[in-house]
Amino acid sequence: MDGDNQAFPDRTPGVEEREPTANYLSYTVGLTLAILATIASFIVSQTDLLWPPGIPVGLVVLAFAQVGIHLVFFLHLGSGSDHTNNILALAFGVLIVFLVITGSIWIISNLNENMLPMPME
Amino acid sequence: MTVAAIQAVPSVVPTELVRGRGGGGPAPKRTVVAYGFWIFILSDIVMFSGLFAAYAVLSGNTAGGPKPVELFNLRNVFIETMCLLFSSYTCGLGALSAERREPGRFLIFALFTFVLGSAFLIIEASEFASMVAKGAGPSRSAFLSSFFTLVGTHGVHVTAGLLWLVYLVAQVMTKGLRSSVLRRLLCWSLFWHALDIVWVGVFTLVYLMGVE
Repeated sequence: MDGDNQAFPDRTPGVEEREPTANYLSYTVGLTLAILATIASFIVSQTDLLWPPGIPVGLVVLAFAQVGIHLVFFLHLGSGSDHTNNILALAFGVLIVFLVITGSIWIISNLNENMLPMPME
Repeated sequence: MTVAAIQAVPSVVPTELVRGRGGGGPAPKRTVVAYGFWIFILSDIVMFSGLFAAYAVLSGNTAGGPKPVELFNLRNVFIETMCLLFSSYTCGLGALSAERREPGRFLIFALFTFVLGSAFLIIEASEFASMVAKGAGPSRSAFLSSFFTLVGTHGVHVTAGLLWLVYLVAQVMTKGLRSSVLRRLLCWSLFWHALDIVWVGVFTLVYLMGVE
């Protein structure tokens, strides 16, 4: 049994259930939400109405929201028990990404602060 | 499960055995392949995280050269983002049509995906060319080296995805929507959606934070 004769419209990786998790509507909802998040990001980065130091934080939050929208509506990652393997792999990936990026920024900014002033060549 | 779905699944082993954990033998090949590809995608994103970290650390080191705000055109970036987003949408609809065994619709959606992906690449390539022409090539400063590495690696992935799509369309036309082809389509659609997720990070960190 290698699943060669199975046909079920299920787009989630590593899930055995046979109920379809995707349809035209879910993709359209995802597209709409992603467009809204994108437009919000561009507006936030350009507007004068917001407190400037808060803008990067807002952009990061919007980016996370959009990644979540992509994961749920395009990659169909759910919270059901069948999705445990996918979610665990994703959680591990997110952990590594977080460590690499924040660790690099933290360490290098610390080094920059502690560096003696050098003459510009 | 609908009646049509039952008829489309002539299963050798009863369903309740296949769905068990261990009782029905190994998981279907489709599940194993998709999960393995999901692991690959996550490792690819971990690789991108290194490039993101390098850019975040080096983006201030312009060595007296052009700064991000002088180089980036947000209107182009917005068009690129929309191209990639809509191509992700048509990719999903195409994969859905393939699962429903509608090759005609799949080919139309694949064409849309290819055109939108190509438009993204053309805009990006012309942006790169104009930057190099202005003397802001990858060798100008650490900021530009890391910029070209990060955005260029994403562009190479998009190019690979488009070539893969052409190859898959040829397979659908010659072999039809058999299950081995459907598995490859599933992997390709995961890859294409993942590229859009990476692009969300690129336009946020590189372009929007670079110019604000």
